[in-house]
Amino acid sequence: MRYAMAVDTKKCVGCSDCVVACQTENNVPIGYCRDWIVEVTDGTYPQLELEIRSERCNHCANAPCVRCCPTGASHYADGGIVLVTEDMCIGCGACIASCPYDARYPHPDGYADKCTFCIHRVEKGQKPACVEVCPTKCLYFGDLDDPNSDVSKVLKKRKYKTLIPEAGTKPQLYFLI
Amino acid sequence: MKEELIVSGRMNYKVDPVLHIWGWEIPVYLFLGGLAAGILFFAALYYLRGKEKEYQSAVKWAPMFTPFFLIIGLGALFLDLHHKPYFWRLYTTIKLQSPMSWGAWTLMVVTPLSIIWSATYVRELFPKWDWKFKRIYDLEVFFTKNRTSLAWIMIVFAVILGIYTGILLSAFNARPLWNTSILGPLFLVSGLSAGAALIMVMSTNPSERKRFGQIDLMLIAIELFLIIHMFMGFNASSQVQIEAAALFLGGPYTLPFWIFVVFLGMVVPAFLEFWELRGNHIPAYIPAVLIISGNVMLRFIIVYAGQASRYLY
Repeated sequence: MRYAMAVDTKKCVGCSDCVVACQTENNVPIGYCRDWIVEVTDGTYPQLELEIRSERCNHCANAPCVRCCPTGASHYADGGIVLVTEDMCIGCGACIASCPYDARYPHPDGYADKCTFCIHRVEKGQKPACVEVCPTKCLYFGDLDDPNSDVSKVLKKRKYKTLIPEAGTKPQLYFLI
Repeated sequence: MKEELIVSGRMNYKVDPVLHIWGWEIPVYLFLGGLAAGILFFAALYYLRGKEKEYQSAVKWAPMFTPFFLIIGLGALFLDLHHKPYFWRLYTTIKLQSPMSWGAWTLMVVTPLSIIWSATYVRELFPKWDWKFKRIYDLEVFFTKNRTSLAWIMIVFAVILGIYTGILLSAFNARPLWNTSILGPLFLVSGLSAGAALIMVMSTNPSERKRFGQIDLMLIAIELFLIIHMFMGFNASSQVQIEAAALFLGGPYTLPFWIFVVFLGMVVPAFLEFWELRGNHIPAYIPAVLIISGNVMLRFIIVYAGQASRYLY
């Protein structure tokens, strides 16, 4: 089992519904976010291109945060989801500094916090909150080892990229381009 | 002109707009850890070379400070933790891939070692000292008899401690400035140089002062070599590391780094040491203060600048 997510940059309008859904679903403290919208404008005026991405933890297969965690609080759960065990985390900040995507933040309660791919929902057979609410249906979630999952099917059809592959993290968040 | 504009809707505390998860606590600890490592290294080295009588500051006096340096450093590390009540989790596991884990265990070895080493000299240096309990006297006799073994363990762990302060940072490939293996040796040499500087100030014996002046001169030369090497490596590397080096080569950290770390912390004290070795008199505290403050600045600048260096995507 290998959970992954695909984000369709051609369909995403940057409405931030995924951000709000996540904050609500996961009780994210006010002022923080586990997923966020990035807008990249590229090119030479007037030939500009805009790419909108809904970003979150990449649940890397070679996660630097898991590697550098001194206590084992950061770990791989079933399906490769990268999680933090709150009462094992000492809040040293190493994982936060180690993430090239800056996907983690110090929770006001002290531990390092981040996207969990809504594992509590996924275990019940539901989709992550962000995927569920997306009004343009630009988010795809599922098991890459299952050829019939939403994410496997869309990655078979479409061209995609990952973010900073040169960082060697083997990210599992795919951006359809 | 081709341009790229990135707008992110994220504003997480201590992460955006620029990572600043580590404040003053980490550089203070890195400095004190390096300084303690330097002192313990020279104490063990000159004990093993049979210079206990001649180099009293190095072998006996300076190590007296190391338990305090290490404990204050550990205190700073503790203050840095965001989830303090769980700090003991560091000691329920050993994770070899995490430098912070084996660093925590190294400190667990070095701190008691520094206390034991100093304790075996306390009654010699302060004749009126009374340990109060017979058991402590027995322990003192035991450790004094086994000083040679202690020194061997201490020299190894002092090097590990010194190098670990750099490796801690170099293990983060997300921060291109830190992601160089030169940082381990650089912090080790700079810690040794701070240790040598402190020993030089404390020493009343001219031959010991001269020896540590020479040592400092040599260590500064190695540091300068490592720094040049580090920037050459960055500039020959990928774009993110070229940009990391640019923080120091024209970027916002250029003046603080080249003036306070390299010029005042290395070049000027090296010149003063050289002048002194040529037979002129220079008060030992001037180069020592410069070296030690350069050392503090090096850690602060590397910790802060490293957090400002990142991948843009």
